[in-house]
Amino acid sequence: MKQKIITKLLTGMAGLGIALGAATAHATPESDRQELIKYYTTKYPNVKLEDYVYGALAFDADSKAQYDAIMEFPPFEADIEKGRKMWETPFKNGKTYAGCLPSGGKQIAGNYPMFDEAKGKVVTLSNVINDCRVANGEEAYNVDDKKTMGLLTAYMRTLSNGMLSNVKVEGPKATTAYEDGKKTFYSRKGQLNFACASCHVQNGGNRLRSELMSPVIGHTVHWPVFRGGDNLVTLQERYQGCMKSVRAVSPPADSETLNNLEYFHSALSNGLPLKASVFRK
Amino acid sequence: MRKLHQVATAFAISAIMLSGNALAQATATPAAAAPAKEVTGKDLSFNRAKGNCLACHAMPTQPDAESAGSYGPPLIAMSARFPDKAKMRAQIWDATATNPSSTMIPFGKHGVLSEKEIDKITDFVYGL
Ligand code: HEC
Ligand code: HEC
Repeated sequence: MKQKIITKLLTGMAGLGIALGAATAHATPESDRQELIKYYTTKYPNVKLEDYVYGALAFDADSKAQYDAIMEFPPFEADIEKGRKMWETPFKNGKTYAGCLPSGGKQIAGNYPMFDEAKGKVVTLSNVINDCRVANGEEAYNVDDKKTMGLLTAYMRTLSNGMLSNVKVEGPKATTAYEDGKKTFYSRKGQLNFACASCHVQNGGNRLRSELMSPVIGHTVHWPVFRGGDNLVTLQERYQGCMKSVRAVSPPADSETLNNLEYFHSALSNGLPLKASVFRK
Repeated sequence: MRKLHQVATAFAISAIMLSGNALAQATATPAAAAPAKEVTGKDLSFNRAKGNCLACHAMPTQPDAESAGSYGPPLIAMSARFPDKAKMRAQIWDATATNPSSTMIPFGKHGVLSEKEIDKITDFVYGL
């Protein structure tokens, strides 16, 4: 009861608790998400929740209009086409990705990352694609490689366009992985002493120099992105870039730390529609 | 179609200029590279690889303080806001000492700037 009142007080302070990563005591993934939504909708009553999928563009009508113009004829269409060929080309044994992924690989991306009880760890969509390759006698791709896994997922994720993000955190082990990702997100790091939350919770909608800062809500639904129109960047590559900018050393792609971060991070966008791939500057 | 191309080019150019990294890594600016001229507190506060104060603060009295960010309050009338100059220096040295959730970089505590650089910046900012 007392705890409830304290939580209420904290949320009352315009979601300051979640902003600082403090009110963790009895938080659940769903209450974390709700608290962040409340924090932002209170701070920016004119920005609609569904517009958070546009990241920083949700706060700048001019840039959003330019984005819309570019997205009419995306400059990266040829890359998506390459990904489609990779997706459709059978393995040496004649089988296909569609044959070994759930639902033929359609409308599933929003379920990932997923906690795999048998493996006892978080698996990303890239991990599942690699499992499928290995099960069919092919070599696993390097999840970091833009020319293989990057292009393949840039197409494969379009098969889930419109699906609502639906990352589940159930059971003690899954919760531990979620909490580990949350810890990474809220811990300060690097010589410049920033947490992810310093920029993407406390300062979403503010400017850092001329750069408008995207809020954490909606961050994970549109990957990979094509920066400048042709440079494919994966979500975990973005994590590494942000860490580098605060002069921190990032764990590598597909490490347990980054996979847990992606798990936590993606659960915060639950309920928002997926759309791959998009333009970013 | 032509227009679209122009829009795309404009985006590409800004992407190169910003390279998506508002806290630019140490690319020496002319101020840092020129050995002859002494580096001023203003140079240090503007330089992206040094204070980079403009990343977060506007300086309304400085006409050349361009594309300033909005994480922190505009730096103006500082001597009125900080009757005690040492307190303002302490804010620059480690903002988290007074506000643990501050997003300002602890320039002194984390060795981002030297003591001498912080002195120079303090003098410059105090005059704003
Ligand atoms: C010092 C500021 C800063 C910190 C700290 C920071 N980022 Fe970023 N981040 C940026 C900037 C600037 C951009 C590019 C503009 C934008 O989209 O917000 C960005 C972009 C992103 C994007 C892409 C959003 C999109 O839709 O294109 C993601 C995802 C992201 N950051 C995640 C993280 C994570 C996770 C962390 C912590 C590991 C982190 N960031 C730490 C500054 C930061
Ligand atoms: C990444 C963001 C960031 C950077 C870079 C930054 N600041 Fe700050 N600054 C803040 C924030 C946020 C505040 C608000 C108070 C707080 O949170 O500590 C602040 C507050 C201040 C204050 C107190 C203002 C007042 O009236 O209370 C001074 C003085 C100041 N900053 C000076 C500087 C100087 C000088 C530099 C560069 C050497 C600098 N700041 C760089 C974010 C920043």
